Amino acid sequence: MPKYLLLKHYRGGPEPHRPVPPIDRWAPEDVEAHMAFQHHVSELLEEHGEYVDAQALAPARTWVRYGGPDAAPVTTDGPHPETSDLIAGYWMIDVESRERAVELAAYVSSEPGPGGTPLYEWIDVREVMWERARTTDA
Amino acid sequence: MIDGPTRPGDEGALRALVPRVLAGLVRRGEDFDAAEDALQEALLEALRTWPEHPPRDPQAWLAAVATRRLVDARRSQAARHRRELAAPAEPPQPVAPEEGDDTLFLLFCCCHPDLAPASQVALTLRAVGGLTTREIAAAFYVPEATMAQRISRAKRDLRGRRLDRPGDLAVVLRVLYLVYTAGHAGRIDLAAEAIRLARQLTLATEEPEARGLLALMLLNHARLPARLDPEGRIVTLDRQDRGLWDRREIAEGVRVLQSALALGRPGRYQIEAAVAALHDDAARPEETDWPQILAWYDDLVALTDDPARHDPAAMLGRAVALGHVAGAAAGLRATEELRAAIGDRHRWHAVRGHLHELDGDLPAAAAAYAEAAGRATNVAQRDHLIRRAARARAGAAASPPGRRPGGGSGR
Repeated sequence: MPKYLLLKHYRGGPEPHRPVPPIDRWAPEDVEAHMAFQHHVSELLEEHGEYVDAQALAPARTWVRYGGPDAAPVTTDGPHPETSDLIAGYWMIDVESRERAVELAAYVSSEPGPGGTPLYEWIDVREVMWERARTTDA
Repeated sequence: MIDGPTRPGDEGALRALVPRVLAGLVRRGEDFDAAEDALQEALLEALRTWPEHPPRDPQAWLAAVATRRLVDARRSQAARHRRELAAPAEPPQPVAPEEGDDTLFLLFCCCHPDLAPASQVALTLRAVGGLTTREIAAAFYVPEATMAQRISRAKRDLRGRRLDRPGDLAVVLRVLYLVYTAGHAGRIDLAAEAIRLARQLTLATEEPEARGLLALMLLNHARLPARLDPEGRIVTLDRQDRGLWDRREIAEGVRVLQSALALGRPGRYQIEAAVAALHDDAARPEETDWPQILAWYDDLVALTDDPARHDPAAMLGRAVALGHVAGAAAGLRATEELRAAIGDRHRWHAVRGHLHELDGDLPAAAAAYAEAAGRATNVAQRDHLIRRAARARAGAAASPPGRRPGGGSGR
């Protein structure tokens, strides 16, 4: 069974289908509904036997590179920190097919936004590559 | 907690034997690393076989099986190296058990100041707490192989160190507190484990800070049932259902704290426990004795030179107390001098949100909570801060500036 990452982004990706303000500016009941939905997705995936992992990533980012021999690592928060793509978190799922991964991503994207209506958030779907060689020749 | 078909009642007793048996092995001259491995194997065998065949003397059984494993290990090592081995055919007699001392002795070994904190924690949970590697790994959400490697590296680092000298009790206390604070999530209740270990430690030392730490843990742990609602959402102290607090645990914590304070050598843990006791003591949030809490915080920050730089967490706690005693504006001013040290941390912004709220300035509270949420490193905490921001903003919209309800921590 293939594994997929369903990635959520703080920013980056295609033009938002439905632009919304940051979540801390939504009505309290809309915030609750949105958060409850996130928990519900993990529970749903577990019930279906499709859940592998889910993690949220803090928004602070540091780019790091080797500084050369006897030099400290070089760090930066990026040339355009306000426009560059930034991942917010992911679900890793183990599913029958790519079609199922797309179906689940669309469901994740139907999460309630302001006013309780769907957010239409873009979800980035990426297949996880197998680490080991297969036991049979393709 | 331990996997396998053991009767529930047996586990605590079994785990309590671990430090005694291990200390006995190490005291008679066995290498700490090898002895700990051997005992871990004996423990797993005990979990397998005891439900069917309970031993007459469990401690002697564990010691005998661990010793056999040690001899086996030396033999196979000797065979590998193709040289004769000097191990005695019969193990030497264990020295007389000294139970309280055993725990202290092993804690000093596991919390050796040369080890990194993560290693100290892992080694303590295994060698003193008697948890299996798998359980410790699960508690910290890392693969079992990773935790096994961390433990064996820690033990390798201990090789050649003299383990017979008294260690640094302050490090032991810090490690136990780390175990406690890590412990509110996961399959293994690390908070309960830390309390168990701290209780054992207080049997072995008169040091008031050890009792202070135990009291602090008990007084915080008592509030745990009220800290999260059924959906897992954080409930702040002022909104908790105080009927859910564990009164027995609070009573024990207060008793332990009083016995520590009676010795007249206050320290960080005793002071933090005294603050926790004052919170536990209030039947309703409005009855909280903030002036006394502020007095304890004054004592706490006085322990450190230049506390704004070297103990900003204590200063931040003091700012909250000051806000409740002298008004939110005074509390906010006190946070200003901490901006350089912790102005990039979520907690600094969260405290300012709380103080702005106390001041009735809901737009500023909402902005501070939103800042805090963006810096949180814990999902429950982040969600909590987003909720507070949203609620403060909704409250601000409902009561425009000029008609603010002044004071009070409610919305």
